[in-house]
Amino acid sequence: MNRVVITGMGIYSTIGKNIEEVNKSLYVGASGIGFEQLRKDMGFRSGLTGIIEHPELKGKLKRRQRVGMAEQGEYAYIATVEALAQANIDEDFLEKNDVGILYGNDSSAKSIVNSYDVLKEKKDTALLGSGAIFQSMNSTITMNLSTIFKLKGINLTVSAACASGSHSIGLGYHLIKSGLQNAIICGGGQEINYQSMGSFDGLGAFSIREDQPTKASRPFDRDRDGLVPSGGAATVILESYESAKKRGAHIIAEVIGYGFSSNGDHISVPNVEGPAKSLEAALKDAKVKAAQIDYINAHATATPVGDLNEAQAISKVFGKKTPYVSSTKSMTGHEMWMGGASEIIYSVLMMQNSYVAPNINFENPDEYSAKLNIATETIKNHNIDLFLSNSFGFGGTNSSLIVKKTQ
Amino acid sequence: MENKEIVIKVNDFLIDEFEIEESQLVPEASLKDTLEIDSLDYVDLVVIIEKNFGFKVQGEDFAGIKTLQDFYDYIIKHAQAN
Repeated sequence: MNRVVITGMGIYSTIGKNIEEVNKSLYVGASGIGFEQLRKDMGFRSGLTGIIEHPELKGKLKRRQRVGMAEQGEYAYIATVEALAQANIDEDFLEKNDVGILYGNDSSAKSIVNSYDVLKEKKDTALLGSGAIFQSMNSTITMNLSTIFKLKGINLTVSAACASGSHSIGLGYHLIKSGLQNAIICGGGQEINYQSMGSFDGLGAFSIREDQPTKASRPFDRDRDGLVPSGGAATVILESYESAKKRGAHIIAEVIGYGFSSNGDHISVPNVEGPAKSLEAALKDAKVKAAQIDYINAHATATPVGDLNEAQAISKVFGKKTPYVSSTKSMTGHEMWMGGASEIIYSVLMMQNSYVAPNINFENPDEYSAKLNIATETIKNHNIDLFLSNSFGFGGTNSSLIVKKTQ
Repeated sequence: MENKEIVIKVNDFLIDEFEIEESQLVPEASLKDTLEIDSLDYVDLVVIIEKNFGFKVQGEDFAGIKTLQDFYDYIIKHAQAN
């Protein structure tokens, strides 16, 4: 069995457009949340959203490479360029090796809505343009990036709701561990636009603390009133330890455990048993005890029931003494299909720089979050040798990853 | 619309939308080999022509268009008819 290491990371998010900016934001507890009037004009219950600037790719990519790319693909491209550069993987390496891509994505709504608008007006499919089909499929990120980077290994999109990004890393870990692949571009991307979020807003699951956008995402806080939708893209280069050593790559961290489970229960309401099973499976796979974990990056999205059940699941597995816990969604909002990958990057940055990013807006605990050791402010000089990151999604899909520091 | 105006408009969208170098836009240029317009690009040309000249190209019409001059002539003929 191969050891699986991380050799590159890249990110484009609401709290920074690259690794360095994101690390600074995490350390100071900066928020990426704002208010968008357009959502209110479109009848949204909540106008809150992660705020992100669209990248300009003209001049960086040819027209043909851009026209089939949805916005989350653009974010993913920027993140992947950064990750490949950090991993010191160039065109020559991609040409000579079967590098794969496993990326989390579970919607591409805006392009579908735009096509429908054209069709309704023109009543002619010939006027939809050549990019619409490639933008509108769930696999839009993997089909575009695999073409741009000329990848020759596995080429697959992972759609598992808000656990998509985490599962992409978990599945990549297994393909490399078993020797089927040597290097895989893993990650998650999430579109940020009203077209993709109307139906979710309709469930009443979003925070309506619109007068205080940066205070709206309050995971584990007693007065939380829902999540704030957000997005961007995060890329993690997974590689076999042997491959990384052979080419003299800098090893950032090692993935040592992946646990997964399905609740077999309600489509949107999480339970305690499923997540707990996923946590336990990750610990078992990593061959470590709960007490050895130095930090938990919680899934906690700031929904009343979700956080309540995750707090109970953590307590069930970790007992009365938990390591530091924080939900970086307090700063980023819920990055959904991207979240499981970005939160690995956030946690690795904490591991590399010996701190725990704060769970901002945590002012009062509820009955269950009171039992967790939640980092209410930045915990400085905190060594992290092992961390665990949780991601859970609609349909009861659960994923937990354990990452270890490399010396 | 004058023929000259049509040629300028066609050149403009080939430069702006298709990012083709202005120096390549000579009448004898092959759309496929010189300007590198591929099968997917033709789909976008249909959209752009409809937007700029108000008529709809039938996909099969492209079969007889080999050079940029052929393309100008085609647009001029249909734009005037329109």
